Parts: sequence; structure tokens; C-alpha cells
Amino acid sequence: MIKPSLSGAAVEVRAAGFPFSTGQPRPSPVRWEVARRREVARFSALALLVAIGSLLNPDFLTRANLVNLLGATSALALVVLAESLIVLVGQFDLSLESTFGLAPAVGVMLVMSAGSGGPGWAWPAAALAVVVAVGAMIGWINGLLAVRLRLNAFVATLAMLIVLRGVLAGVTRGGATFALPPSLHTLAAASALGLPISVWFAAASFAAAAFILRYHRLGRALYAIGGSREAARAAGIRVERIVWGVFVIGGVLAAVGGMAAVGYSGAIDASGGGGMIFTVVAAAVIGGISLDGGKGSILGALAGAMLLGVAQNLLMLAHVPSFWVQAIYGAVILAALMLTKRAGGDA
Amino acid sequence: MAYGPALARSGDVQGHSLHLGSAAAGVAAVPVVDVRGVVKRFGATTALAGVDLAVMPGEVHALVGRNGAGKSTLVSLLAGLARPDAGQIRFAGEPALGLAGRSPGCPSVACVHQHSTAIRELSIAENLFLNRQPYARGAIDWRTMRCEARALLDRWHIDVHEDTRCAELDASALQLVEIARALSQGARLIVLDEPTAQLDRGEIRRLFGRIEAMRREGATFLFISHRLQEVYDICQMVTVLRDGRRVLTAPVEGLPRETLIDAMTGETGGDGIADIGMRKMPTAEPLALEVAGLAGTDFDAVSFAVRRGEVVGLVGASTSGRVELAEAIAGLRKPRSGAVRVHARGGTAAITLPYGDVEAALDAGVGCVPKARHREGLVPGQSIAENVTMTLARRLGPWGIVRDAVKSRLGAEAIASLGIVARGPQVRVATLSSGNRQKVVMARALATNPDVLVLVDPTLGVDVKSKEILLAQIDLARDAGRAVIVSSGELDDLRSCDRVFAMFRGRIVKAFPAFWADRELIAAIEGVDLDKA
Repeated sequence: MIKPSLSGAAVEVRAAGFPFSTGQPRPSPVRWEVARRREVARFSALALLVAIGSLLNPDFLTRANLVNLLGATSALALVVLAESLIVLVGQFDLSLESTFGLAPAVGVMLVMSAGSGGPGWAWPAAALAVVVAVGAMIGWINGLLAVRLRLNAFVATLAMLIVLRGVLAGVTRGGATFALPPSLHTLAAASALGLPISVWFAAASFAAAAFILRYHRLGRALYAIGGSREAARAAGIRVERIVWGVFVIGGVLAAVGGMAAVGYSGAIDASGGGGMIFTVVAAAVIGGISLDGGKGSILGALAGAMLLGVAQNLLMLAHVPSFWVQAIYGAVILAALMLTKRAGGDA
Repeated sequence: MAYGPALARSGDVQGHSLHLGSAAAGVAAVPVVDVRGVVKRFGATTALAGVDLAVMPGEVHALVGRNGAGKSTLVSLLAGLARPDAGQIRFAGEPALGLAGRSPGCPSVACVHQHSTAIRELSIAENLFLNRQPYARGAIDWRTMRCEARALLDRWHIDVHEDTRCAELDASALQLVEIARALSQGARLIVLDEPTAQLDRGEIRRLFGRIEAMRREGATFLFISHRLQEVYDICQMVTVLRDGRRVLTAPVEGLPRETLIDAMTGETGGDGIADIGMRKMPTAEPLALEVAGLAGTDFDAVSFAVRRGEVVGLVGASTSGRVELAEAIAGLRKPRSGAVRVHARGGTAAITLPYGDVEAALDAGVGCVPKARHREGLVPGQSIAENVTMTLARRLGPWGIVRDAVKSRLGAEAIASLGIVARGPQVRVATLSSGNRQKVVMARALATNPDVLVLVDPTLGVDVKSKEILLAQIDLARDAGRAVIVSSGELDDLRSCDRVFAMFRGRIVKAFPAFWADRELIAAIEGVDLDKA
């Protein structure tokens, strides 16, 4: 019985003149430190922006404004989270902005009384469930297009964006704005511990996503799929099922984000979410999510969303003429992308 | 639960070693893989015609043969990616499971290719335990995973840190990591498919050292390489395939190199003189092309000159730098230093080509059939006429405006002179067969009436008939007084060459006059010294 002994072989290897690993403890890993440093840099940029904002405008650091800021940002952040997850697996979903507008509109219309053109549901909670279901269904269709039919996700979801926007125009009778029925408004605009529940929901979603991405096989599978589909498949990961699932989750998150925005503004709007996808992708990229897939962290994406949320809030407080806001906001995003690139990001 | 899968895995590795140990102790050894009379056909072609192969535990078994001998078909059968049409494959005595019975996570045969399949952005530890990470309290236990990865790397003496991102590893370290992963998943046989193709000398030595160490601990390898010297360096047994048949299985020790090469080529020493008729040697013709001390990323210190009406071959493995050298001459690639000079037919002074400028090369009279046919040679969505006239649009009319009639006429000429099988010059290239596409590329290169014609792998992947026509173009170009450079790994492409330079690791290592013997040329390609055997 010749059982190969480790030490014996090791001696042989050493005798043959090859460097030979001793298994002794080594210096601590470099990898996480670099990643952490980048995240620290992002949050310090955020802190810097907040500091500048509080200096420029005394209204910025007031409680009312901060609650307002968090409420507005939580809606954006949920969509950023959705897009980040989808980009992480190497896909793309542009239709998230239409989901953001359409899903809450469908839910709200159901609650509306017959006089306003809806069937007049008496259960606002059921309407919320419908919002989630619509988001899931749109995500499922996107998954069908990108995964089963193997369409290019960028173009397919661009088509979906247009289709869904058209559906939204149809549902809302061509662009009218509807005030939220009171029963739904109390639910959507409810707050807990002084903050809108949408903020708590966004925080919980980010925490869950961050945990799963780091500490669950499924989360690691997202990185593996984004890094190399073939390698992931060879490792026994069910690539198609997971990518499809990520599209569904993305749709749900965008729908809930849309509901948060509706609760915050108190009305649905036929142009809800229009043009938002650029901000969303920019926030993800500023947050360090690589558009090539397989690279980036959810905390970074959160920092990116917050940065743009604060920037938007500051522009609003500064009373910049509304017709100039777009131009300035776009320039701010461009500057942020350039800074991210310089800081060693992927923009 | 936390340690369950991890323990089962290391148990696999142990059980594997124990089994091998008892085999080595004298009990009748069962081959790790036993292939008997396997036949595989693809349509009309027979890729494997009854091949036998037995790999014993703890050996590095070489599988060699020329391109198309059936090596990759055999490997895909072993890996369970395809089913044999006849014959049997047994792993350690057990019949192989078909496609359906194969669970992707734990194959009995694992392939390590020259290009790594590790996920670059993830750490080594995570790549090793991808999709089977150890859990503790419902979350991935990173500590345990890193410890197990460390243990696995230590067990196979792979000296890299488990937290390193795979993107930061060199190719040989990546291959070792992949081998370790395969062994920890319980793979019985590791197929190394040209593992050294992308490595430099030091990396190859390191890889071979570790493979030898792993072998001594009971790992079994099937080693595929085009470099025969490597067979002698680390293999114990060698099997030679030729035209889908096994022609030789023998212990490497004591096997003369000539026997091995003869088995691969099917010729015996002396019979291999190429069949070329009488040909006038262009010794008195003026120079057409001079390459002086050309150096780039994949080749170094290359100097030679080609006369008008002379055909010069560049032969070598795909990693020898012959392709890159030819591309540098044609302006498709920027060299680092050195010069390419073209002597135009008008007899004026030589033109020194600027680095990496295709347009200048075309103007100076250099035409090229590039290797990447689909990327650089053709625009598949456009017509034959459009493709053929692409290189000379500026010469056909004022300000680059070319009348369709001119294009059509030139396209029709190309179809007639090269025997392109197509209904007319307006047919889209994408609809043509690969042989006919290559003829279009050749027509495009000839359209500028070049003084120097550079051909890279001109018959790669084309059928026999097209090959004949394409190769006949070389002789026609010679007769037209062009200087021709043929960069190819196919000996048939080189038969009409007046001289052939063999390249190895970026340098010209040997020059052969016409009437070379196949075996000598192959030996030079593989980097083997025939006199050493």
C-alpha cells in the first residue's frame, strides 16, 4: 500500500528545485482592501457633497429637507438596485423606467372609483399586490426576450420601454395626471419612525441584496455568470434560470420604486419615470458597477444613487430655473463619471 | 450541513488516491480511462475510425497527431460532450454515462485548455469552490472556504494566495488552479489541451514541475501538444493518431524521435521529398521585398529578402509568430523596430513602409490575404463585387466614386478567374461556402496588382477543390513576377515554395530550400532537433 504522503512529495518537489509552499499564514489579503478603499472614497465624496450643500444652503440640513431627500432618493435607489443586479449578470434592462411609471399606475387605477374611470377596488393593499405583480410580469417578459429568445437585452428592453410607455399612456387616457385616492395615499405615504416606509423598504432591499451577494450561493452565482457564462455553467450554476429570475426581481424593485415615487408625489403621471434610466445607469456606474458584468458592489451602487439624489436635491434647493436643471444635472453626472474613471473605476 | 459538502469533497480526493495506491501496489491495474474501438462520424467524414486508448493511473499520457488527426474529437468524447457512434469508453472499469447522466458539477474527465475558464474577477478561493461554497448558519462561510482553498493549494503545492483575483494570475498559475479544482471535484483524468501554447519557457518549466509532482501523488493526465519535445519532457506513454486511427502507443522512454515523427506523418525517412516539377530558380531576378531586423510583440530579429517571382514560406506553430510577422509586413500590425522595404516594379528606389499602415502598404504594392478571414478579409453582408473592389476604390474613379458597372465587371472577372461558385457578382459573400469566400479574399488581394503578395493560412478550413484553385494562384502569381510570402502551418500550402523559413518562438530557426522533407520541416516546427534522438 503506497499512500502518497504529502510530506514525502513535498521533499521531492523541493529537491527538484521548485519553490514550494509552506502553508504558513501570509499577509492579509489585498483584494478586499482595495474594494473597500473605493467604497470609502465614494462615501467620502457623498459626505463632501453634503458638507458643501449645507454650507451653500441653510435649508439643506433641515429635518424636513432630509426626509424629503431620502424619500425622493429611495425611489431612485430601488431602480438603481434593480439595474445593478441585472447589469451584474451581464444583461441590461432599459424598460425599468417604464415599469417604474406603469406598475403603480395600474394599481392606482384599480382603486379609483368608477367615476374616475376605474373599477373602484375597496382594498388598497390588494392594489399594492397588483403593482408588484405587474412589475414581476414585465420582468418575466424581459427575461423571456433576453434569456429564452436570446434577443440582445439592450435593444429588446428598449423596445419594451417604448411599448410599456405606450401602455401607460393608454391606461392613463393619454397623459392626464390623477391624484391618488385617499385610501391608497395613506398606505403609500405612510411613515415609520419619522421616515417614509419607502425609505425603510429601500434600506431593507439594499441590506438583503448586499448580504445575498456576499453570503449566498445565489449572489455569488450572479458574479460568476457576469464574469463568464460558460465557466458558471460548467460549475453547475443554472445560468438561464438565475438570469431570468434577476429580470423578475428587477421588475419588482422598479415597480415598488415607482409606488414609492407615487406615494411621495401623491399623484400618478403618464410620463412617470420618463428619461430616468440614464440617471439610473449613471448612478450604477458611478457606484462602480461594471457594464461588462460580473464586477461591482451593491454598497457602491447605493453610494452612486445617494450622490445623484443629493445633487438633484441641491439643484432644487438652489432654485435653479427649471429649464436649466436638465443641462446642469447632466453636466454633474458627466463630471461624476469622469471622476469615477480617474479614481480607477470602470465608467 | 456546514461542513458536509466540503468533507465529502476532500473524501473524494482521498479515495481517489487510495484507489490508485492499491493499483500501484501490484493488484491488476484498471485503466483510468479505457477507450475501445471508438468510431465517430460527422456527416460523410469519419473523424475517428476505431480508436483504442488506455490511460493507466498515475501517468502522463501524450496524445499527438497532426491537425485533423482526431485528437479533439476524442477529447470531446471523453469529456462527454458527444457520443461515439460505435465502441465503448470505460472510466475505471465503469461504462461512461451518456450526456444525460452527466452531472455538470462533477465530471470524471476535466479539460484544461490553453485559455483559462476561470472567472477573472473572483478570487482563487471562490473559483475553486464555485457553486459549492461551504455554509455556516445560512451564509457562505468565507473563512472556511479560504482555509479549504489554502489546504487544496498546499496539497498540490500551488504557491499562490487564495485571495488573489484570478485576473492577476499568469497563465500557468491559472492552469494549475483549474487542475486543482478538477482534482478536488473528483475528476479521474485531467485533459491538458495544448497547455503550453500561451506560456513562456519559465512558465512551462513551472507547470511541468507541478504536473510531475501531481502525477507522483496519483493524478492522471492526458497531454495534448504540438511540441514533441514536451512529450519527451513529461510524458511516460504516447499515443499517435493519424487520420482518425491509432498508429502507435508506446512508452516514451527509448522511443526514437524519428519513429514518433514518422508515425505522425505516415512517411518514413527519405520518402518525404515534395513532388515539385521542374522550376526555374529566380536567383537573378531583382529584389522585391526586404525585411530587415523586424521585431514585434511575437517575433524578433527577422531578416530576409524575397526576389520577384520567388515564393517564400513561413512555417511554424500558431504561436511561432509567423502570423504576426506576415501581418506586420502587410501593415495589419505595428512592429516595434526594424524595416520592411518594397522595391516597386518601376525600378525606382525602395519604399520603406511606415509601421502598421495598411493603406501605405497597398500603395507600395503589398497585397494580403489575412488570417482572420471573417474579420479582416471580408465584409460578409456585401456582394462579391463590393468586396473584390474594396482595396482599390480610390483607383477606380475620381474622389473614390466607383460606378457599379465597373465593380460588377471586376467582380465577374474574379468569379471567372478564381472559379468562384456563385450566381453572379451581386451575390452576398455571407451566402458563399468557406472555400469560395476565401477565393473572394484572394481576388481582393490580387485586385491591386501587387508586387508582393502576403498569404496567411490561405487554405485554412476550405475544401480540397478550393484548396487546389487557391494554391494554383501561388504559381500564377510567381509567373506574373510577384514576390509571394506564404505564412502557413499546412505543409501542402508550402509545397511550391522556393524557400521555407521555419519559425519557433518568434525567430527564424532554420531555412529549407525547395524539396524539403516533411519530417524535417515538422521537426523544425515542433522545435525538436532530429539529430538529438
